[in-house]
Amino acid sequence: MAGSERRDYDLAVIGGGLVGSAIAWGAARRGQRVAVLDEGDLAYRASRGNFALVWVQSKGLGMPEYAAWTKRSSDAWGGFADELRAATGYDVAFERPGGFHLCLSETELETRAAVLRRLHNQPHMVQYPYEILDHDALAKRLPEIGPAVMGASYCPLDGHCNSLRLLKALHAGMKSEGAAYLANRSVEYLERRAGEFSITSASGELRAGKVLLAAGNGNARLAAMVGLKAPVRPQRGQIIVTEKVRRFLDYPIATLRQTDEGSVLIGDSVEEAGFDDTVGLGVLSTMAARAVRMFPRLAALNVVRTWAALRVMTKDGFPIYDRSESAPGAFVATCHSGVTLAAGHALFLAPMLAAGALAPELAVFSARRFDVSQAA
Amino acid sequence: MFRRLHEADGKAVRLTVDGRPVAAREGDSVAAALLAAGIVVCRTTPVSGAARAPYCMMGACFECLVTIDGRGNRQACLVRAEPGMAVATQVGKRELGR
Amino acid sequence: MSAAPPLKDAYELVVIGAGPAGLAAAALAATLGIDTVLFDEQPGPGGQIYRAISETPLRERRVLGEDYWHGSALVEPFRTSGAQYVPGASVWSVSRAREIGVSVGGAARLLQARHVILATGALERPCPIPGWTLPGVMTVGAAQILLKSSALAASGEVVLAGSGPLLWLLAAQYVRAGVAISAFLDTTPRGNLQAALPHLPAFLASAYFRKGLRLVREVKRRVRIVRNVAALAARGEGRLEAIVYRAADGVERQLAAEILLLHQGVVPNVNLANAIGCAHVWDERQLAFKPAVDEWGMSSIDGVAIAGDGAGISGAEAAEHRGRLAALDAAERLGRIDRVRRDRDAAPHRTSLRRAERGRAFLDALYRPAKAFRIPHDDVVVCRCEEVTARQVRESVELGCTGPNQMKAFLRCGMGPCQGRLCGLTVTELIAEARGVAPGEVGYYRLRPPIKPITLEELAGLPKTAAAVAAVER
Repeated sequence: MAGSERRDYDLAVIGGGLVGSAIAWGAARRGQRVAVLDEGDLAYRASRGNFALVWVQSKGLGMPEYAAWTKRSSDAWGGFADELRAATGYDVAFERPGGFHLCLSETELETRAAVLRRLHNQPHMVQYPYEILDHDALAKRLPEIGPAVMGASYCPLDGHCNSLRLLKALHAGMKSEGAAYLANRSVEYLERRAGEFSITSASGELRAGKVLLAAGNGNARLAAMVGLKAPVRPQRGQIIVTEKVRRFLDYPIATLRQTDEGSVLIGDSVEEAGFDDTVGLGVLSTMAARAVRMFPRLAALNVVRTWAALRVMTKDGFPIYDRSESAPGAFVATCHSGVTLAAGHALFLAPMLAAGALAPELAVFSARRFDVSQAA
Repeated sequence: MFRRLHEADGKAVRLTVDGRPVAAREGDSVAAALLAAGIVVCRTTPVSGAARAPYCMMGACFECLVTIDGRGNRQACLVRAEPGMAVATQVGKRELGR
Repeated sequence: MSAAPPLKDAYELVVIGAGPAGLAAAALAATLGIDTVLFDEQPGPGGQIYRAISETPLRERRVLGEDYWHGSALVEPFRTSGAQYVPGASVWSVSRAREIGVSVGGAARLLQARHVILATGALERPCPIPGWTLPGVMTVGAAQILLKSSALAASGEVVLAGSGPLLWLLAAQYVRAGVAISAFLDTTPRGNLQAALPHLPAFLASAYFRKGLRLVREVKRRVRIVRNVAALAARGEGRLEAIVYRAADGVERQLAAEILLLHQGVVPNVNLANAIGCAHVWDERQLAFKPAVDEWGMSSIDGVAIAGDGAGISGAEAAEHRGRLAALDAAERLGRIDRVRRDRDAAPHRTSLRRAERGRAFLDALYRPAKAFRIPHDDVVVCRCEEVTARQVRESVELGCTGPNQMKAFLRCGMGPCQGRLCGLTVTELIAEARGVAPGEVGYYRLRPPIKPITLEELAGLPKTAAAVAAVER
C-alpha cells in the first residue's frame, strides 16, 4: 500500500463511511484523483449501524428544500444501484415498494397525520403522494399486523437496501476507479498552505487540491481548521436483529424491516448519550415490545444481535453542505441519512465537488443558517 | 454413527423425528437422541441449503438447530429429550409462527 | 419435579458456569456466608470437563479415567455450601453495573449482583479444514460429551485428528470402551518438540508427564497413529465419506470415514467478558484472546472477575484453585473478610495453583497448532453461520478492511447466531497475516448482549424505565 501512495491528490475525503465513499466514488468517476482517509476497526462509524431505509415520507418539516433533495435522491436511487452493480458486481438489494410508518394508538395516528399535513402544507414543498390508512386497509397490504396497530401512513416513494453491501460496493467502486483508500489514518491536523491542503495523520502528511470533511461526528473538530463550521452531535440509536426467517414482509416499515438475507431489524430509538455507543436493555425491550405488538408472530423469534450506533445530528436535523470562504477548496458534507442520500451524494454532490463549487440550490444547507437563528 | 455402550441401560424415552418413532434414553439431549438413531443431517442452512449436523454438542456452534414441538431453531444439544416430543429437521430459514 | 427456590432480585455474588472454577468459587464464597447464586446452562453441574458427573450412565469408572471422577469432589461441597444452584439457566447479559440478564425455562428476567465471577470456561479452538462443515465432522469435546452424558461412542469408521492432550484422552477413553479407531492423525508440527524443550524440566516434574505418558502408551498399543500430518480435508456429498490427508512423506492418502473427531486445543470462551466490555489481550503463547485479569482474576470492569480457563487456559485443576482465589477476593471486596485474612487464606490455593500450572508451558509449546490449521487456504469456509470463505476475508483486506468489525460489516462473518465462537480467532489471524501485523493489533469482534439467544417476547417483557420508553415512543 505505502509504495503506491501518491503525495498529490485532487480531492482528499476525510471519512470513508457512506457519505465519504459515495462522494469519493462519484468524484473518482469524474476523473478526480481521490484519496479517502479512514479511521481504524473500532471507530464509531454510523455507516455500520444504520437502518438501511431509503426514506422520503415525513422528511423536511421546517426545510422543504430538504424534502426536495431527499426526493431527488430517492428518485435517482434505482439508477444509482444499477450503476453500482454494473461497476462493481455488487447488488445492493434496493427495493422501492413504498413504506409504512405504523401507529399503535389513536394518538399516534392522529399525530402522524397532523405532521404529514403540516409538512405538505409548507410553501414550496415538493409534492408527492401519501396515504393515511386505518387498520383494515393496512391489513390488506400487511397481513401479519396485530390488532394493536391502529393504522399507518404510507408513501410509495419509500424503500430500503442492504446498506452494508452498499458500503462495500462503494469501497470496491472507488478502488476500481483508482481512488486510494487509506485506513488507520485518523486525521490529527489539516490546514491550507500555498494553495493546497496539507493533511496530517500519525502516518505522515498528504497533500490535496481540495478536501472534503465527511467524518461524521469527527467533523466538528476538523471543521474549524479550515474555516468551516460543523455543529454536529452524536445521537444514539439502538437496533435489534433477529435470526433469519422466511420472507413475510414485503415493505419496509419506519421502525422494522426484513432484510434481503431474511433477518428482521427493529428500531427506532433516540437518546442524547454523548459518545456512549453501548446498548441498554430498557430501550431494547421497549422496541421489542412495540415490534411484537405490530407483528405478533415475531414473538418467538430469537434475537441474535443488538448494537447501538451514533447518528451524526445537527441542531435542526438537516444536512450541512458547505464550502469554506477562508480556505477555498475545503468542503464539508454531513447528514444523518447517509443511505437515503447516497444517490444524491454520488450523482449530484460529487460532480459539484469535482468542479470545486456547490450549486446554489444547496446554499440553504450551509451552516450559516445556525448563525442566523442565533442572531434572531 | 454413534452406538450405546450399554444397550439395555436406562429408561427409554420415546419421541418422533419427522413423524418417525425414535427411542432415546433418559438423560439424552435431543441432539444425542438424533445421533443415536443414526440421523445424520438435522438441517439445511438458510444461506446456501448446505446439510448440517451437531458439531460441538455444547451450545456454541448453533449447528444442531431443529424444530421441537412446533418451535424452530432450538439448539438440540441444550434440550433434554422428553417423552412424546415431536422433533422435525429443518429446511433453510425458520418460518414465522414455527 | 421438585420446586426450586425462586430467584431473588439481588445477590451479593453471582457465579456463571458450573465447571471446576465456578463450583469451587461458589462453594467457598457461600461457606464464608456470602449470598451466592450459581447459574449453569447445563441441566447438571460439572461444566464440560466434568460433564454429567452427577448422572453419567457410564458404569465403568476406568473408561473415563480418575481425573474425571475428581469432579464429584467438587460437586458435593458445592451442594452443601448454601449457594443457590440454578440449572438450565442461560445468562445472556451482564452489564457494567452488574445487572444480570438470565433466562430460565424460556422466561427472561433481570437481577442485580454486587460481584460477579465469570467461570464460563473454554471452547474448542476452531478447526477450519476443507469439509469441516459436513455432517459427521464433530469435535473431540462433542464426542466426550456424548460419552459422558449418554454412554454413546462413535461407531463405524472413526478417525481422530488434530493435536493436544484432549485428543489423546478421548482416544484412551475410546480404547477402554472398546471403540475401534481407524486412525489417529496427529497434526502436531514436527518442530514443536524442539521448541518445547526449554520447558521440559518443569513438565517432567509435573503430574502431566506421568499421566500423559501413560495415555500415549495406552493409545499407541491399540491405535494406528500417523504423525506430522500437514494437510487434512473432509470429503463427501452431503455427509462425511472420506478423509484425505498428507503426512511427512508428502503422499496424499485417503481413508473412508463416517465420523471425524477434530481437536486442536481449547481457547478461552470470551463472549460474555467481551460483551461486558472487559479489556482483552492477545496471548501469543496460547494463540488466543483472553481477558486481562490480575492475580485474583479481577478484570478491568469493577466487580467482575473471571476464573478458570475463561481467563486463560491452564486446565481443570488450576481452574479450581483460581475459582477459590476469586471467591476470596470477592469476600474481601464485599467486606466479609479483610485483606490480611484474604491473603492468608489464599496462600495454600496459590501453592496448589502453581503446582497445577507446572508443565503447562511445555504442553502449550508442544501442541501449538500449525498455521495451516489456523489460517486456512481460500476455499475453506471460515464463518460457518454465514458461509464466508477465507478467500472472501482476504479479498476484504485487499479492499481496505483492517479489522474484524469492519470485516463483519463487509462480509457478515461473525453476524450469525454463534457470535464468532467458531470463526473469531480464524478471522483475526487471517486478517493479521494478510496485513502483516500481530493478531493483537487486529483485535477481535466487539460483542453485545444477548450473548445467548433470547426471544423477542422475552426481551419485550423486561422492565423499562420511563427514560427508555421515552427514547422510543416519541
